[in-house]
Amino acid sequence: MKKPQDILTVPHEELEAIQLEGIKKTVIQCYENVPFYHDLFDEAGFDPYAVESLADVAKAPFTTKQDLRDNYPYGMFAVPQEDVREIHMSSGTTGIATVGGYTEHDLDIWGDCFARGIWYADGGPQDVAHICYGYGLFTGGLGAHHGSVKAGCTTIPMSAGNTERQIRVLREMGSTILMCTPSYAMYIADTAIAMGLDPKKDFHLRAGIHGAEAFSDNFRAELEEKLGYKVLDVYGLTETMGPGVAIECWEQNGLHLAEDHFYAEIIDPETGEVLPDGEWGELVLTTVDREATPVVRYRTRDITRILPGTCKCGRTHRRIDRLHGRTDDMLIIRGVNVFPSQIEDVMKTFPQVASWYQIELTRKNHLDVVTLKVEVNPDFDFDQISAIEQLQRDIQSRLKTALSVGIRVKLVEPKTIARSEGKAKRVIDLRGDDQ
Amino acid sequence: MIMQLTVFLENTEGRLAALCRTLADANINMSALTIAETSDYGIVRIICDNVFNAVDVLDEAGFRATKTKVLAVEVPDRPGALAELLEALGGTNVNIEYGYCFLSNGDKAIDVLKIKPEDRGKAEAAIEGAGFKLLHWNDIAG
Repeated sequence: MKKPQDILTVPHEELEAIQLEGIKKTVIQCYENVPFYHDLFDEAGFDPYAVESLADVAKAPFTTKQDLRDNYPYGMFAVPQEDVREIHMSSGTTGIATVGGYTEHDLDIWGDCFARGIWYADGGPQDVAHICYGYGLFTGGLGAHHGSVKAGCTTIPMSAGNTERQIRVLREMGSTILMCTPSYAMYIADTAIAMGLDPKKDFHLRAGIHGAEAFSDNFRAELEEKLGYKVLDVYGLTETMGPGVAIECWEQNGLHLAEDHFYAEIIDPETGEVLPDGEWGELVLTTVDREATPVVRYRTRDITRILPGTCKCGRTHRRIDRLHGRTDDMLIIRGVNVFPSQIEDVMKTFPQVASWYQIELTRKNHLDVVTLKVEVNPDFDFDQISAIEQLQRDIQSRLKTALSVGIRVKLVEPKTIARSEGKAKRVIDLRGDDQ
Repeated sequence: MIMQLTVFLENTEGRLAALCRTLADANINMSALTIAETSDYGIVRIICDNVFNAVDVLDEAGFRATKTKVLAVEVPDRPGALAELLEALGGTNVNIEYGYCFLSNGDKAIDVLKIKPEDRGKAEAAIEGAGFKLLHWNDIAG
């Protein structure tokens, strides 16, 4: 009997044929039903009826987040409202929200894409899935929910917050798969440990599917150590669907794109030129069969690369590397590009400090000043000023080597850096007010 | 050798007061308190009773606190007592990392010295050899 997982191992040529057929329809749908795309294609001289190969996709113009905002609320919809079953929005913290619409078919493929993460973890009806991504307009909660139901798991829709209750449910309901942001997973682990529990014994977790924010390999290792499970990274964004666009398999060596539903390109963020496999650049996505809000060459602003070669797991869908940061999270400090994840990687090599950190950007005499605040760990012998200063110097010099930019390190008291129950606030940019 | 309570504090308004209030509420009595400070943070060194309990109480309240082994020497409260004590260490090559003094009662003062752990035995021998009384943590922890 045909299983939904069968698509994961078909020859890549077959996937390419699915992509080409889907994209041919998608660009015509966009052109005929979305005035924005009609104008965009005409202005760029792109003929949506002349797509003959996947290489032709590169002839289409890009779509940006600003385009989606400009067409808020319903401007990007390619189907009438009565066909739309669900709406999600990205957080509008930096401006107007972007809206994603889902037909019944779109919800079905979303569930299927996220369920792949559970299948990669060899999961299914025997699992109890504890979902504490926020439920609501954020795609995390319901995306994981649709996936968990699709995979046949017993689904616990916890949503985020009330951490002590999360811990109680994790213990008592015997949850085996945890789905939430990586920072919230760490917060749950630390809270449980502070309550005197050993999550490795008191919880029953065997897999975590964590995403919605970038996390380093060291952060992952710490999570796995504390919770005694294996962490799979999930990638997605509201503008193309939500979590499930790409998910790591058990090999933990790159995230398999759902290539039957998304066509990925990596471009140079400066020139817009398509880069060959293996090179780092900005991920650009085209939906293959999205009905309600299809996107053509959407610039995700996420920095990654296509991993060359095939995965040991035998699945044929190509992999993207773990996210390296975002073009808009990238800090430009005195002209040098710095990703918060690079800072995190350096910091994790110092056991004297905790994994929580915050980067504060200020400007003094028109020069950028970066201060990295890190919390002192209990096992660090801080009795002497000289020991603290030595530690600060060591961290500073390792950062300087890794980033080629000077960063001031400030050790702070425990728990003074805000823990978040959603996305971690890692960077505070105060450069607006010159001091 | 006695146990000193060491606390890492951010150099922000109200932190020292909060620290002292936490210790007060736990009924911990301090004999001495000294601060080594930089512009960002301070290290507060405290001699108090019930150090073990103090660390737990502070930890619970979100402070970063630890115990540090230091030497405490009882000296007469008169000019030259500290000089004589330090002279006793003179030939030993022992390096003092930091130190401070406080009065215990009318005619006795206590000098606290932080010595590297590997030099502690040598320092203790020299101090006792010169006729000074070294305090044990039971003498103060009471």
